[in-house]
Amino acid sequence: MIYNIPFIAVAALILIGLYAVVFKRNLIKIVIGITLIECGVNLFLITLGYREGGIAPIFTNLPSGTSATMALPVPQALTLTSIVIGVAVLALMLALVVHIYRHYNTLDAREVRRLKE
Amino acid sequence: MTEMSKVVRTITSLSFPFILIYGLYVIAHGHLTPGGGFQGGAIVASALAMIIVAFGSKWVLDRIKEKNISLLESVGAICFILLAFFGLTYADPVFFKNFVVDNPYLFGQVVTDNAANINTAGVIPLMNFAVGLKVIAGLFVIVLVLAYASTAMEGKK
Amino acid sequence: MDKRTIIGSIFFTIVLVFILFAMLMTHPFGDISESDMDDTIIENCQEETGANNAVTSVVFDYRGFDTLGEATILFTAVAGVILIFRRVLHD
Repeated sequence: MIYNIPFIAVAALILIGLYAVVFKRNLIKIVIGITLIECGVNLFLITLGYREGGIAPIFTNLPSGTSATMALPVPQALTLTSIVIGVAVLALMLALVVHIYRHYNTLDAREVRRLKE
Repeated sequence: MTEMSKVVRTITSLSFPFILIYGLYVIAHGHLTPGGGFQGGAIVASALAMIIVAFGSKWVLDRIKEKNISLLESVGAICFILLAFFGLTYADPVFFKNFVVDNPYLFGQVVTDNAANINTAGVIPLMNFAVGLKVIAGLFVIVLVLAYASTAMEGKK
Repeated sequence: MDKRTIIGSIFFTIVLVFILFAMLMTHPFGDISESDMDDTIIENCQEETGANNAVTSVVFDYRGFDTLGEATILFTAVAGVILIFRRVLHD
């Protein structure tokens, strides 16, 4: 069981992010929780693509004759796309939070429920 | 946000070219070392965010209108799509075809050994430059607009 | 507010049990099964694309369509942020 430590780190990230989304009232803390869940999912994608004793899949200055296996390159490419999607979602969420603060003058998630005249 | 002290502004002006050179190196050598368009674009965008923090968002917005920078981002996206559509003009049409692989002028040498030769890899460095320009302009506009909008409301209460 | 806390605690406990059970029952770290696609990419990426970096050749040549979708997402995010603050920027 000691060899599953990266998977336990993924579970810890997702659970801390989920706790911040469900139990906190400040809007900025909810946005931070959503970003933590997205970071946990990216770490899970990277962890799925590792081979035992593998090196990085790059051929530059590789001494010919080493018989080491390489890690899988496809999960790394998918994680790049996922990180950029996370940045786009975070930018739109923060723009909406700033716009809500201009209108309601408070950041409490339970006060911004009714249509204000 | 208002500007910071004179020490911060001087050190920012001194260290800004070095971060730019490092970011452009990571973008240009994307097909040989770890890196590429997205990673190098994030490095240069963080240098531009340092300029916004040190000099104030109102100072930057007086000199650079954000519609000019978003025009640069659209130029990067159009170049990327044009490079993808050139593969359709060949005899057997394939979308995203690597069409510069065999000429010796522009990024066309065939790779034979494991040395770090920058003149290889066809259409991939051109795509790296297009995507890098898009990421730089996009992240700079996002940080500038958010910084300006969160200070402009303090005078309207 | 007490009913909201009780429902939140039940949901959080269910997800906690499910995720911990799932993460302890996966394969050991580094012991994956055979993957033919990645072995083919590692063997042929130097002749077919001419790049020494396997990850960049996957992002821009073998799976270039995903990069096109990602460029669209970046453009949509910038357009959305400028759209929300349009009145503030033009006073």
